[in-house]
Amino acid sequence: MIRFVSRRLLELVIVFFGVTFVIYCAVFVLPGDPIAALGGERPLPESVQQQLRTQYGLDLPLWQQYLNYLGGLAHGDLGTTFTGQSVSEQMASRWPTTITLALTAWTLTVVISIALGLAAGLRQGSVVDRTVLLGTIIAESVPIFVMGITAQYIFGINLGWTPIAGVADGWPRAYILPALIIAIYGLAGVSRLMRGSVVDTMQSDFVRTLKAKGMSRRNIVGVHVMRNAAAPVVNVLAIQLGGLLGGTVVIEAIFNLNGVGQLLYKAIQDQQGTLVVGVATTLVFIFLITNVIVDVVTSVLDPRIRND
Amino acid sequence: MTEPATVAIDGNLDRATTQGLWATLRGRIQFWVSIVLLAILAVIAAIPGVISGFFGESDPRACDLLDSNRPPGPGHPFGTDVQGCDVLANVLFGTRTSLFIGLATTVMCLVIAIALGTLAGYLGKWVDALIARSADIVLGFPFLLGAIIVLNTAPDRSPLLLSAVLAFFSWPTFARLIRSSVKEVREREFVQAAHAMGFSQIRVVLSHVLPNSLAPTLAIAATMVGGVIGAEATLTFLGVGLVPPTISWGVQLSTAQSYFQLAPNTVVFPSIFLTITVISLIMLGDALRDALDPRGRS
Repeated sequence: MIRFVSRRLLELVIVFFGVTFVIYCAVFVLPGDPIAALGGERPLPESVQQQLRTQYGLDLPLWQQYLNYLGGLAHGDLGTTFTGQSVSEQMASRWPTTITLALTAWTLTVVISIALGLAAGLRQGSVVDRTVLLGTIIAESVPIFVMGITAQYIFGINLGWTPIAGVADGWPRAYILPALIIAIYGLAGVSRLMRGSVVDTMQSDFVRTLKAKGMSRRNIVGVHVMRNAAAPVVNVLAIQLGGLLGGTVVIEAIFNLNGVGQLLYKAIQDQQGTLVVGVATTLVFIFLITNVIVDVVTSVLDPRIRND
Repeated sequence: MTEPATVAIDGNLDRATTQGLWATLRGRIQFWVSIVLLAILAVIAAIPGVISGFFGESDPRACDLLDSNRPPGPGHPFGTDVQGCDVLANVLFGTRTSLFIGLATTVMCLVIAIALGTLAGYLGKWVDALIARSADIVLGFPFLLGAIIVLNTAPDRSPLLLSAVLAFFSWPTFARLIRSSVKEVREREFVQAAHAMGFSQIRVVLSHVLPNSLAPTLAIAATMVGGVIGAEATLTFLGVGLVPPTISWGVQLSTAQSYFQLAPNTVVFPSIFLTITVISLIMLGDALRDALDPRGRS
């Protein structure tokens, strides 16, 4: 177990350096001059540009800039926006909204997809099974922002069931519709996996033995089938966290929820380069660390994974 | 149900397998529906102006500001957008952009993935380790976020650049798949026989190992085209994708979103086309995957 965790952490370190390097290259090495762009249509005087370059360390050699950037990250410093505010401070007040939204969405994904997977898997080949399959294909095909603006139009504007935008109504009213859309988007993978696992387990020898011993169907499904499905489902839920993070950006932008995703969206719209990179980098780190945690959890649930 | 293509599990696409595959696919409604839809979309992408002209306005850039945000009516079957441009013409021309991005991305991605996956699977050792670590790094980015970071700083966002960025963030999944099937095929007798006959390494890889490792990849590739088209629209919607004057569904939707209540037609029609395209590609990929892997079928 210790060996597994330490190997996983070592991999995390390698990936961390790789990811920061890619981000760094994307931002600072690719063509495009953020300082020149700062002035917009009317270029800033050369002396001002020069001073700003020195202030932000843009005149240093590349390797030194990369080290500075890494050093900053180590202190939790994600840089400052070009208007002089700290990126981490800008994010701080917005976390509660995003975390609430993400947790609500994740819970909905788990509950709905386990229910769908069980319903389809226990009645393999039935109408229910086929409807679930078709439904999940459609759900994963509709781009999330199309689903978002359509749902906003139908439930927010036409029917008036949920607030159109904003978090003024608090949890759950303001969050339920956005969270449901993110959940629907992630549903397909998890419910299919759940279905497959249920089908496999129900056909396995040990379930036949349990049936022969007279164990009730309820206990077989509740204890044994669910337990067997747990490890792969947790794993896929973790992989989907990536989609979830991307999804919150789109959904927070559409429903005007003042979370980190919306900060990112606004930063893109206002062309606040450093802010975009700072926020996106943070989200990438969260994704990386959660993946490691989930790998450890899955390996506890299913010891076979450790020996890969 | 006809005889399943069992041989295809190990990726061997010989004649019998191809026939078995075809027999399985032929009986599937899902397969035919998606093929027909995709054929229609391909025709639209080939001659958008002709089709659009048949219904009214053939030029997506012929706009009349006096006709801003009109509902569907004669001459403009899908209505007009805020600039007074014909929505139908824009939707039809957008098909071309979307299919181009979907296909270009997938082709680029497959080229990178086949090259790296084959090298990793065939050579093994440090090459394998190096490629595996690079794949880990790219997979460290959640899909949209990686693209946002890179595209945000890109000065000129053309469809081709967007494709390249999306391909960069999607090759690892394919490379891993190809690596594992190359590794498996490599050990088989006919490959060893080819070696024994003194064929060069490159020839063995190109004419014996690769063709037998590709089948599972192609099924996922179809799904990927759909995913990429959706991703382009989403990125454009967020403001880091394509920009006017490029005509695309994403561009239309990001403009139209602000006028949803005023002119729902400007949102509804591009959305429908976008969704149908993605659904048919994902259904096609699903049918192919099912046919290739009989274990996964219901």
